[in-house]
Amino acid sequence: MRFAFPPESLAIRDSVRALLLRECTPGRVREAWSNADGRVPGLWAQLAALGVPGMLAPEERGGLGLTELELVLVMEESGRFAMPEPIVETAAVAVPLLRDVDARDLLQSVTSGAKVVALGLAESPFVVGAETADIVLMEQAGEVHAVERRTIRLEAHPSIDGSRRLFHVKWQPSRETCLVYAERGKRVVREARDRGAVAVAAQLIGLARAMLATTVDYVKARHQFGKPVGSFQAVKHHLADALIAIEMAAPVVYRAAYSLARGDAQASLHASMAKAMASDAAELVARQALQCHGAIGYAFENDLHLWMKRVWALSAAWGDATSHRARVSRGLFEESQAGGM
Amino acid sequence: MDLTYSPAEEAFRLEARAWLQANVPREPLPSGDTAEGFALHRHWEKRLFEARWAVVSWPRAYGGREASLVEWLLFEEEYYLAGAPQRIAQNGIFLLAPTLFHFGTPEQQQRVLPRMAAAEDLWAQGWSEPNAGSDLAGIQSRAVRDEAEGGWRLSGQKAWCTRGAFCDWMFGLFRSDPVAERHRGLTYFLVPLRAQGVTVRPVGRLDGDAGFADVFLDDVFVPDRDVLGKVHDGWSVAMTTASSERGLTLRSPGRFVAAARRLVDLCRREEGRHPVDPVQRDAVVRAWMDAEAYRLFTWQTVAKLDGGGSIGAEASVNKVFWSEMDVRLHETAMRLLGAHAELGEEPWTRGFQFSLAGPIYAGTNEIQRNVIAERLLGLPR
Repeated sequence: MRFAFPPESLAIRDSVRALLLRECTPGRVREAWSNADGRVPGLWAQLAALGVPGMLAPEERGGLGLTELELVLVMEESGRFAMPEPIVETAAVAVPLLRDVDARDLLQSVTSGAKVVALGLAESPFVVGAETADIVLMEQAGEVHAVERRTIRLEAHPSIDGSRRLFHVKWQPSRETCLVYAERGKRVVREARDRGAVAVAAQLIGLARAMLATTVDYVKARHQFGKPVGSFQAVKHHLADALIAIEMAAPVVYRAAYSLARGDAQASLHASMAKAMASDAAELVARQALQCHGAIGYAFENDLHLWMKRVWALSAAWGDATSHRARVSRGLFEESQAGGM
Repeated sequence: MDLTYSPAEEAFRLEARAWLQANVPREPLPSGDTAEGFALHRHWEKRLFEARWAVVSWPRAYGGREASLVEWLLFEEEYYLAGAPQRIAQNGIFLLAPTLFHFGTPEQQQRVLPRMAAAEDLWAQGWSEPNAGSDLAGIQSRAVRDEAEGGWRLSGQKAWCTRGAFCDWMFGLFRSDPVAERHRGLTYFLVPLRAQGVTVRPVGRLDGDAGFADVFLDDVFVPDRDVLGKVHDGWSVAMTTASSERGLTLRSPGRFVAAARRLVDLCRREEGRHPVDPVQRDAVVRAWMDAEAYRLFTWQTVAKLDGGGSIGAEASVNKVFWSEMDVRLHETAMRLLGAHAELGEEPWTRGFQFSLAGPIYAGTNEIQRNVIAERLLGLPR
């Protein structure tokens, strides 16, 4: 029993953090709200140079051969910097899916960063970034299809988060587009959902940590009544609650990653716990961060809303807290697994 | 990252489980916060000690098993899942003992710890006073030097001493230097409650049990050998106890994991009798997830400690979380029980009342949130 990440995993996280600190500044996140593709120009190639998109692909396919444990740390960093890139869709979902269905050519081009993937799993009404993706992976009745961007029709639906370009997709399945079907398809889809949920949960933890840090800085600097507002207990208690929520949700996310990496029989249950707790925690932190910023946090020119809106988007995406708790509930009550671990 | 148990850890768990299954009383003991219940619980503590389950993490010489932190957590899980009695020895073994291991002289350790482990001496805590609660440094009880006798004379009043009416000894802070700055000039004493000059008055708790006591001291003599740590240095000695109380040792996750499982069982039982509102089912799931989260958080803390780290102010995160989780968990049970929640002997109702003490004792949650904000987030005082 040892609940700690090994130094090698932390080193990968640190290299991604260093890149994002330099390249994914709040100013660039803000620019992504109004540019053509909602992304940071050039960043994907730099992430690909570090091996991030293909971190879960085997080394003989050009990947890093890593597991969900490293993935979750990288995802947390991407959340911390509110990175507007299709990292969940690619690194956490498409790459292991293509790996597991042995779609070698596609895996290779996604891993190298040459092709960008968007996802249309059946539970989500929207496909993020469909317009500028090369390939869209669409799910229908337990089948997963790889469809070329040029063969589909799109209808844009603006997100509250300007960097998330949402689309309804009209497409035609065919024998040629089908990657996996039947029982195997169902399993692949379930694993895709679990990985996506855990990856997004980690992003929510990162987003929450960043909002808390920003707010702590703000309340130390902002003076009213002749002292920092952070010296008032009402403010302290809001932020203490924010920290507690993050500290309790984060280990649940890490455990889910561990269970996915080991193919644990309870990985789906653990993934749902992770998404439910991370969504609730991040929403709470967003709320406290806004309140403790006061009016300046409500101003569009302040960067806080870039983080908040990502939280609102992601806490609803990939199954919201209520739907994941319902899944945990089914696990607890219908499959009598109250034993937990 | 390895979340599996080693064969040795598994074996330890199974040994604990087997012993508990064979020995936990079939019928729950009466509350340990009454005179009759206290005697029965002392008997239970002695049985734990004889089987070397009383203080599993302690050295063998004192009756322990030198269990690792992970093994200790496993023991706690098994203990609460088995529905074993409340630990009336806990204030001694979880609060005083860590301080004794850290600050005690070899003579003190050898004199106090074996009797504590064997439940020969049961310990009460003497922190709060009528005018020193959250503001603990406002302690007014005095310790006056008695050079001739080689010791100190204690006078004053200690309040809210848990099971103080039944315990044998009390550990507490007294003001030994009346002119020093508040946090200085305090000394940590071990006080025999049967000594001349000690008057103990039982005080009823919310649930009606005499679980509290006021302890009045009138010129009570305590020899030098019962000073723990340095004279006038009691504040820093006491703070090591405070962080064990808030943190790992007092509230291991086992107790909440067991309570959450019982809550799931209760919900299932109620659903067999009448429809349960989905909102209540959701609250049950939340409580179960919170207990799991606390368990995982604790493993993470254990890994930090095993890696040479320490917990200080982090203990306040534990304390706020477990105490408020415990209240939510019991509130959920009360709602599931409906009209039956009113019954005074309903265990969930008794548990609910007890849970309400959690956000108050061991430093109120308002104080804990200040600690979190100031010492973990770095906000100004």
